[in-house]
Amino acid sequence: MSKATEKIEYVSYLDHQSKYKGIFAWIFATDHKRIGLLYMYAIAAFFVIGAFLGLAMRIELIAPGETIMKPQTYNGIFTVHGIIMIFMVVIPGLSAVFGNFFLPILIGAKDVAFPKLNRFSWWIFMVGSAMAVASQLLKSGPPDTGWTFYAPYSTTTGTNVIMATTAAFVLGFSSILTGLNFIVTIHQMRAPGMKFFNMPLFPWAIYATAWIQLLATPIIGITLVMLIAERLFGIGFFDPALGGDPLLYQHLFWIYSHPAVYVMILPAMGVISEIIPTFCQRKIYGYKAIALSSLAIAGVGFLVWGHHMYTSGMSENARWFFSLLTFIVAVPSAIKVFNWLATMYKGSIDMQPPFLYALEFIFLFIIGGTTGLILGSVATDVQVHDTSFVVAHFHYIIFGGMGFAFFAAIHYWLPKMYGRMYNLKRAKILSVVIFVGFNLLYFPQFIIGIQGMPRRYYDYLPQFQWAQVISTIGGFILVAGLLAMISNLIMGVRKGEIAPANPWQGSTLEWQIPSPPSLENFDEEIEIKENPYDYK
Amino acid sequence: MFSNASNFVHGVDNAFLIILGISFFFLITLTGAMIYFVVRYNRKRNPHATQIKDSTWLEVTWTTIPLLLVLLMFYVGWAGFLPMRQVPKNAMHIKAIGKMWKYTFEYEGNKQSDTLVVPLNKAVKIDLFSMDVLHGFSIPAFRIKEDMVPYKKNYTWFIPGEKGDYDLFCTVYCGVSHSYMYGVVRVVDADYFDKWLAKLPVKKADTNRGFKTLEKNGCLACHSIDGSKLVGPSFKGLYGSSVEVSTAGTTHKVTADSTYIKSSILEPDKDIVTGYPQGVMKSYKGLLTEKDIELVNEYLKTLK
Repeated sequence: MSKATEKIEYVSYLDHQSKYKGIFAWIFATDHKRIGLLYMYAIAAFFVIGAFLGLAMRIELIAPGETIMKPQTYNGIFTVHGIIMIFMVVIPGLSAVFGNFFLPILIGAKDVAFPKLNRFSWWIFMVGSAMAVASQLLKSGPPDTGWTFYAPYSTTTGTNVIMATTAAFVLGFSSILTGLNFIVTIHQMRAPGMKFFNMPLFPWAIYATAWIQLLATPIIGITLVMLIAERLFGIGFFDPALGGDPLLYQHLFWIYSHPAVYVMILPAMGVISEIIPTFCQRKIYGYKAIALSSLAIAGVGFLVWGHHMYTSGMSENARWFFSLLTFIVAVPSAIKVFNWLATMYKGSIDMQPPFLYALEFIFLFIIGGTTGLILGSVATDVQVHDTSFVVAHFHYIIFGGMGFAFFAAIHYWLPKMYGRMYNLKRAKILSVVIFVGFNLLYFPQFIIGIQGMPRRYYDYLPQFQWAQVISTIGGFILVAGLLAMISNLIMGVRKGEIAPANPWQGSTLEWQIPSPPSLENFDEEIEIKENPYDYK
Repeated sequence: MFSNASNFVHGVDNAFLIILGISFFFLITLTGAMIYFVVRYNRKRNPHATQIKDSTWLEVTWTTIPLLLVLLMFYVGWAGFLPMRQVPKNAMHIKAIGKMWKYTFEYEGNKQSDTLVVPLNKAVKIDLFSMDVLHGFSIPAFRIKEDMVPYKKNYTWFIPGEKGDYDLFCTVYCGVSHSYMYGVVRVVDADYFDKWLAKLPVKKADTNRGFKTLEKNGCLACHSIDGSKLVGPSFKGLYGSSVEVSTAGTTHKVTADSTYIKSSILEPDKDIVTGYPQGVMKSYKGLLTEKDIELVNEYLKTLK
């Protein structure tokens, strides 16, 4: 770095003084990096709450019969666990935290296209989250419908369904506005000389995700409004007793909620596509294939929702049609895995914590993906639908996929975000602990799922207990590992060694600027490379 | 190698084997390759990466092969499933009724049973009904599952191939006792079945209209009429008794008279009986008429 060309004095975004002081310098911040951190702190808090709710369920399930809670409490807990984890952690997750922080930097922009809208999106997110928390605490008790709010149970139960669905509705707006902001940012704010196919792959993934957020989220919004109208005014959309159709609800719900799974997993694939070239010091294999497969997944992903409904009584034609499309959407995911592995071939592999998490991601994602084939095939889905097999598959994709990618991302970018490094050795050990706990927790659920153990069960037959015991042990290991990982990161942020600007020898734009970045990211001229992963 | 519990086991387990086989093959080879690369191309061993150009040929190969494999998997899955929708014309019909949180089975001649008894090696078509919310009808040993949707005529069918008792689970979440909605499927010899069916009593038409109202609205799933404690308090001896309730946080005693019964039906969360949770019962406002509630009250008076 030559000092002669330095025109503006470098001030980190963390030290930058705005007209607001103290906490208001954060709440009123329009800097995409500060907003990214705000999302991260909120999401981390929700994640810990959700994890403890999950652990409470695991303790209840360690033995048949009542262990620590009554059935109504259990039903409330699995609903709340789902609502928090889906709507407040996983859907915003990577996109709101790392999308906000790194999307502008990776495309050479000073900020997102609409910084004030970005701040507003965070506010809406916090209001929606507060409402979701309130729905748990208000008088009639937490909603007990599951996060899917299936009608007609959800239109008739006495619990706080209206508050919870309103919360999900509000959270949806945060998602829509963030998606809109990112689409415009990518189209309008790329640095001069950066074409679409010069962008790194994380922006590509965020781009595909943003379109899903923008196009699919309004559907869940209107569906939840219909549900609320049915509860409040007795308008019969879904309850057959009022002339409605419960399958209509399921269609509408999954038209959003299946693409939403790709909102969760596409940015995760983007993160992995950033990490692998860096730690292999290799140009990513099949750049265009990976970039375009994100769009393919987003596109075809809109047309597969019916695979959640094979046993609902849907017509036979719909069943085979959705099954076929579901199998087709598996192909672009497989292509990505092959490309990641090909990138490792003849690389120079540095086994650092982010890369370790990325490897674990690939392993868990293969298991999550291939068990998805079991669920996509009609005959086998009939056997495992609504069983703990689905629970395991879902957690392998969402937690093993999105969750591990989030851990990979935070270990990868933390030195850039805070300018300090965490304890690397401890991070690697904890990564293995989390990986072991995760597999112990979820893998046995595949087996008893095939044997018929239904999901959302407070109590179960004794033949399933062996797996429940292993799962609960895994749950304790997992939660302990997660807490230790979080504390290792916090210690790194507070007291870790000062990190260099480019600790991993990365080639993308964020590694060309100081750590932590300045307010406007690029105080100096930057070089736009033809291929973002240009290793010599 | 396949069990013969029902005629679908072969097709379904065949699909399982093929898909799991392909899955394990990819899991093992890809993970193996990953571990090999990490060891072989570790920075200590291989300090300088070799840059490799993309090969269109390779990309096309690893797009085409998975595409063919998924089409194969789609096909075996569909082939295993299709027979589940092709009911033989001569199948015996049984009506399965799901109601929070209990299955009832109706045989020809208005006969009712809590256990699903079926004859060995005979095709049985189950017509699925729900009286309230969604329920599931899952017999894992037979590899069948179909949802029970109110006002929708769903069905499933099977030919049981082995005698014995099998689990029947509700798989669609249906409220507080979802995990207790369980039934037994008993496969017996055809002779035994005929005798069993002949002995099965014809459904009693209970003449009390109050009782019918309670039964029709699913009240009895949570409130027993014999004094046993279910999800909510029992109806036995309730009318006219003194009940300890909590209203907006304060505990007091009320007499269970017609006014109390009516308010408990229309606003269940107003007075919560000590020892029972809040928010479990829905309001029956608009579902029960004044007349219905009167009938219920008259019936409750008889439950001493």
